[in-house]
Amino acid sequence: MAVGQRVLEATGRARPGRLTRVREWWEHEPVFGYGLIVPALVLIVGLVAYPFGMAIYFSLSDYWVGSPGSFIGLQNYRDILGNEIFRQTVYNSFVFTAIAVVLKCVLGVWLAMLLFRPFRFKRLIRGAVLLPWVIPTALSVLAWKWMFDSLYSVVNWTAIHLGIISPPGPNWLGMASYAMAAVIAVNVWRGLPFFAIIVLAGLVSIPREYYEAAEVDGAGSWGRFRHVTLPLLKPVLAVVILFSTIFTFSDFNIVQVLTSGGPVNTTHLFATFAYQMGLSGGNLGQGAAISLFLFPMLAVIVFVQLRYIRKE
Amino acid sequence: MIVGVRSRGSKIRSAAFGYANLVPYVFFALFPFYYMIVTSLKNDAELYNLKAVPFLIQTGVITDHYRYLFFKTDFLTWMKNSLIISVTATSISLVIAILAGYSLARLRFPGVGSFGTAVFITYLVPPTLLFLPLSQVVVWLGISDTIWALVVTYPTFLVPFSTWLLMGYFRTIPREVEECALVDGASRMQTLTRIVLPMAIPGIVCVTLFGFTLTWNEFTYALTFVSQTANKTAVVGVTADLIRGDIYYWGSLMAGAVVASLPIVIVYVWFLDYYVSGLTAGAVKG
Repeated sequence: MAVGQRVLEATGRARPGRLTRVREWWEHEPVFGYGLIVPALVLIVGLVAYPFGMAIYFSLSDYWVGSPGSFIGLQNYRDILGNEIFRQTVYNSFVFTAIAVVLKCVLGVWLAMLLFRPFRFKRLIRGAVLLPWVIPTALSVLAWKWMFDSLYSVVNWTAIHLGIISPPGPNWLGMASYAMAAVIAVNVWRGLPFFAIIVLAGLVSIPREYYEAAEVDGAGSWGRFRHVTLPLLKPVLAVVILFSTIFTFSDFNIVQVLTSGGPVNTTHLFATFAYQMGLSGGNLGQGAAISLFLFPMLAVIVFVQLRYIRKE
Repeated sequence: MIVGVRSRGSKIRSAAFGYANLVPYVFFALFPFYYMIVTSLKNDAELYNLKAVPFLIQTGVITDHYRYLFFKTDFLTWMKNSLIISVTATSISLVIAILAGYSLARLRFPGVGSFGTAVFITYLVPPTLLFLPLSQVVVWLGISDTIWALVVTYPTFLVPFSTWLLMGYFRTIPREVEECALVDGASRMQTLTRIVLPMAIPGIVCVTLFGFTLTWNEFTYALTFVSQTANKTAVVGVTADLIRGDIYYWGSLMAGAVVASLPIVIVYVWFLDYYVSGLTAGAVKG
């Protein structure tokens, strides 16, 4: 804009001339290029970068809802690290993320290979498999909450009638390890389609000649999978795993609706605990500090992504 | 499945194996939706009868839960709010993303690479990292507790995502087409709106669909920034406001979940292929 201003002042001619010059100036590739990214830049700076800076400031102050606090250094972080619930949250987050991502990855590859085979009703089945990913998560999780109900659980009803468990069956959302299993199951249910569809796209792009060559060399189906499919899927898998790790680690919807972090904080993740501390509890300083613990994980993943994957 | 001469028997066995594995998956994927619908059409006596078979409706289909939803709650207001928010936020984001995506994919100027990287990093920032400070930003902007709090904040995740996706589409358009237009005397803006945009229609449809889906489904910001019942979105309204006291009325809850999911289901069924291609492009390209 500065250049434009100067051009306008320097010329000081009648209006038509000025307009033409502005037009000419606007046609320069760099000017036009910068001009088009201004709205996006304003948005990213104003509503992403600035709030991120604020989160850091909040975490270093005793800021409560409605009362701007003063700078207190690292006190919030010291308080959090000494907080029993926070330590439980860290443990929960890693257990939840590790198990859910591994399950989604293994089942996702398996599902993608099944979907890759020629079969009837391909489009219909593909559509059905992707559905859990498309429907509003909070609403489908509500259905899961009902399916895990302490008294009327359809999961237990089925298991009891199949003779797998004895009545009354576990209270899924009321017992620590069962609640974690339930939260993981729902996350896998929702995230699996994402894995499967992207891996499927990766499978489609593998040239068939490789399989033919492997077969000529006497490789069985496991050998073909191990030496052809897996190595060629590696770049796609790396991207999906990184994406999925970020979104699983920072998950909020599933835990908030299904258990709200309970029973006794055994399913709290960073996001739900930050919500409880910062909004329900009103302690914005500590809440911000908790959610900032998501950042190192995010930074590592972004670094890996930029450094290795986009290069390939 | 791959090559070679296979006997008829092994082909049939292979197909049977495929179906035998797929059927449980499809069941697993669809059962919660089936159960949602069944629950919403059952009367309370059967719903809370431990002796009844939960999969079936044995004492007759009823529409009471739906009637309660439509006439006794703010459900229709929530649906209207969701629609306004989704359409407005998606449109704003689409315009911003088209401009930025075209610039970053096609134009040469110093720093274009770093801007691209910045967009990508923003794309990876989860909403749960920023909801606390953003809740204060909307208070300062004076739009706290209104639907505009969501219209303003949803572009923070939509724009990076849409820009990223559109960059991929813009790159597939041959440069010569644009150069011809410029040589013929079209301005750069005309080249973008009259030549490039029509060729990027599939990308724009895709971004619009994802924008609509992501904003309609959004939960974290919608729960955090709006607390007045009349200003809630459908997803948050059903999840938070249909529970009276501590009691869950599962019939009306599931009816709400069914109706609030319906717009997404309709769009999804209509444009399934766009969802698949958008999902793939968004994650893999770049």
